[in-house]
Amino acid sequence: MSIEIKSGRIIDPANGVDEIQSLYIADGKIVGLGCAPEGYKAEKVIDATGCIVSPGFIDLCTYLREPGYEYKGTVASETYAAVKGGFTAVCCPPNTLPVNDTEAVTNLIFDLAKRARFAKVYPIGALTKGLKGKQLSELYSLKQAGCVAAGNGDYSVENLSVLKRCCEYAKTHEVSIFVRPEEVSLAADGCVHEGAVGTRLGLNGIPALAETVAVSQLILLAEETGAHLHLSHLTSAKSVQMVAEAKRSGLNVTADVAIQHLILTEEAVSGFDSRFHCRPPLRTHADRAALIKGLNDGVIDAVCSQHQPHEAAAKQAPFAESEPGISSVEVVLPLLLGLVRESELSLATLVKVLSVGAAALLKVEGGSLAVGDTADICVFDTNEAWRVTSETVISKGKNTPWDEHEMQGLVKHTLVDGRIAYA
Amino acid sequence: MTELIDVEGLLETMCQGLTDHLAARKIENPCVVGIRTGGVWLAEIIHKKLEITDDCGELDISFYRDDFTRIGLNPKVKPSVLPFETEGRHLILVDDVLMSGRTIRAAMNELFDYGRPASITLVALIDLEGRELPIQADVVGQKVALSGSQQIKLKGPDQLVLEITDK
Amino acid sequence: MKQVTEPNHLQLNKQGQLKHFLTLDGLDKALLTEILDTADSFIEVGARSIKKVPLLRGRTVVNLFFEASTRTRSTFELAAKRLSADVLNLNISTSATSKGESLSDTLQNLEAMASDMFVVRHSQSGAPHFIAESVTPNVSIINAGDGRHAHPTQAMLDMLTIRQHKGCFEGLSVAIVGDILHSRVARSQIRALKILGVSEVRVIAPNTLLPVDIESLGAKVFGCMKEGLDNVDVVIMLRLQRERMEGALLPSEDEFYKLYGLTTEKLKYAKPDAIVMHPGPINRGVEIESAVADGPQSVILNQVTNGIAVRMAVMSMAMSGHVAGRDA
Repeated sequence: MSIEIKSGRIIDPANGVDEIQSLYIADGKIVGLGCAPEGYKAEKVIDATGCIVSPGFIDLCTYLREPGYEYKGTVASETYAAVKGGFTAVCCPPNTLPVNDTEAVTNLIFDLAKRARFAKVYPIGALTKGLKGKQLSELYSLKQAGCVAAGNGDYSVENLSVLKRCCEYAKTHEVSIFVRPEEVSLAADGCVHEGAVGTRLGLNGIPALAETVAVSQLILLAEETGAHLHLSHLTSAKSVQMVAEAKRSGLNVTADVAIQHLILTEEAVSGFDSRFHCRPPLRTHADRAALIKGLNDGVIDAVCSQHQPHEAAAKQAPFAESEPGISSVEVVLPLLLGLVRESELSLATLVKVLSVGAAALLKVEGGSLAVGDTADICVFDTNEAWRVTSETVISKGKNTPWDEHEMQGLVKHTLVDGRIAYA
Repeated sequence: MTELIDVEGLLETMCQGLTDHLAARKIENPCVVGIRTGGVWLAEIIHKKLEITDDCGELDISFYRDDFTRIGLNPKVKPSVLPFETEGRHLILVDDVLMSGRTIRAAMNELFDYGRPASITLVALIDLEGRELPIQADVVGQKVALSGSQQIKLKGPDQLVLEITDK
Repeated sequence: MKQVTEPNHLQLNKQGQLKHFLTLDGLDKALLTEILDTADSFIEVGARSIKKVPLLRGRTVVNLFFEASTRTRSTFELAAKRLSADVLNLNISTSATSKGESLSDTLQNLEAMASDMFVVRHSQSGAPHFIAESVTPNVSIINAGDGRHAHPTQAMLDMLTIRQHKGCFEGLSVAIVGDILHSRVARSQIRALKILGVSEVRVIAPNTLLPVDIESLGAKVFGCMKEGLDNVDVVIMLRLQRERMEGALLPSEDEFYKLYGLTTEKLKYAKPDAIVMHPGPINRGVEIESAVADGPQSVILNQVTNGIAVRMAVMSMAMSGHVAGRDA
């Protein structure tokens, strides 16, 4: 099918493009920018006047919950939510049931995604068998099956010797490792940032030190083994500083930040509202500022949603006993546009950290609107207002702290492989 | 519109009436208890005029009101003070204005939680119509009939003034 | 984006009256003074031959204890009974059931019993908040201690004790000594003292027993008793749990007692008329010397009578605020 996206403002940071133009698509590819190729006839025209046309967003962390946790979400329901949020591809962590530590599970996820026909799915395979941190997974086979990286989900590999071997083995087969840096013994039974709010509420804290100690270890491991280590969901200013230093020394280290850490701080937890319970925890104003600066400086490569849909009961408990996580994939764009409106981020950086940043570190297609590229595209209106409600949120998880909040910025069309996946 | 009543004169009438009442009943050595706040001012005057030996008692009926479910607890509740044993004693209960009788019911319930008195004599400065309970004062300063739009209030404590105002 | 949830949005009705009593956070001096004044009236009730008033007659109060505490439960029970309420004691072991779901289920069952008030003790910080948000609007929640968060009735009875001995709060210097980190009582005390306007709140403990950023609550930190107790009017000792020796928080009871145990000698650093308090139960020889606990400056026993009166005050005020809030 050939589609013309007419007169939109095309923002394509990978190719240094920011201009109002028309984009021509045929057979799943971009075939023309500004002028149509000879003999081109659009079967469908999308009028993008007043809208932004950008590469489709790529999420480094979307919990699809399937297999195993279908009561929280399914591949179909969550990839649908993803395209509504402007994402054309999502990485799903390996903590499913069973854990994605075999080709069979990887294949099952691909099958489900293919059937759903919404966003592309890039599974992250388990780094260790059963995520138990003891035995290596079959990283080579998982890579062959289509996993884009290996990670340990929300669990840390506590034994450093095991982690070092994981890095060495991954390096041999050029598999990227996704790690959420957290030193378990320091995080203990914490559920909020160890700081003023946690102290006042009497909630056990997770000190920033739990993250920074792990970041420093991981950077040293990257240096030692040469493996590509991707640090997921940084939260502390000090971590950003260490990653910047590592990148300056040319280490193969990348990093992302989850949307909530760019928007919220520990103060959000003041009323024991379990919807704000997330892991890693929300930290301070200074940390938040450093994370935004890290995005602007290119230290942090990408923004991810860390979308974690939950059933209602998961949050209906005293704060520490509620399950962490926010259903966020549909609000990443409007929340980031809020930062653009507050001049904390440029529109070009927004597009970059949502698309080409992730594509580059994953070494996958996407993140670019050059002629010949796959037509993974997002068309969005930066101003259109909408309200977050359990009806407007289509994810199975309604666990959003922005419930009943007004959002500004709405995805109008999401094209995956030149096909309209959401409109 | 404000109307004033001569309190001094009423107090004379009231104390005389009380002395007569006590004599007729052959009550000796009574104790006097005022209901906060107006009743306490009056009780102190009676206490002085009748030369009662025990200190004057003060009753705060906030915990005994029957309208808790409607209006809640009085935020300015103060402790009741009964500086004598009530068990077996003759009590003179004093209030400024007697109307529905509900305050007196609450006050009597409270008094009984201190012990079983020999008797309770009720004294009121003003007796309005509108009783909702079978309670009558033994001694009254004056009966007053108010129109529906009027209300009466005793002001003090330095100089006692009875004010009738429009609601 | 506004992200801060008002900590007291739950516990006050539209007229600013108490309807739940979850925390002292966000309450003002006038309200705390009203609690103390009302408690004073209830102390008088406790001295009568019949120690009961009909305020909560026909109401059902459920003592919902997810964490065992005979002492606290008994004072709440006695307080409710002296207000003429019907009392149901439920001790629910959290270890026997599996976390959050059971709490929601328990609440649903209790609501069917048409209760008017839940007195909640729970090992999780914020559990009473959660319950206040989950239950029907006609049930009033009183926090009887949640995790490390708050124990507001205990703090208020301590305030009543301080007021009885010192007359007012202005100009007072108060030191809280011991395991602040794990203490909900300390958190509520610091809050109450700040609201009531003492001139200084000090906390005395090694850094391992101090929560991060305790200064943000308005407390001044001291590492040793000599400086910390210097010229204070009130010394509050906290109970030290034996399990604190595990996890490297403290080396031994002996060293703790040597440094922070309140002895006759160390008490001399405080003002000569300083009072000594302890929320109990006391570990003699661990945080306090027997001679001090039983000495002339100790007001520890006094605190028990006040406990019932404060709980009567809070229960009747919260019920009252519920009633008024419903009409509004």
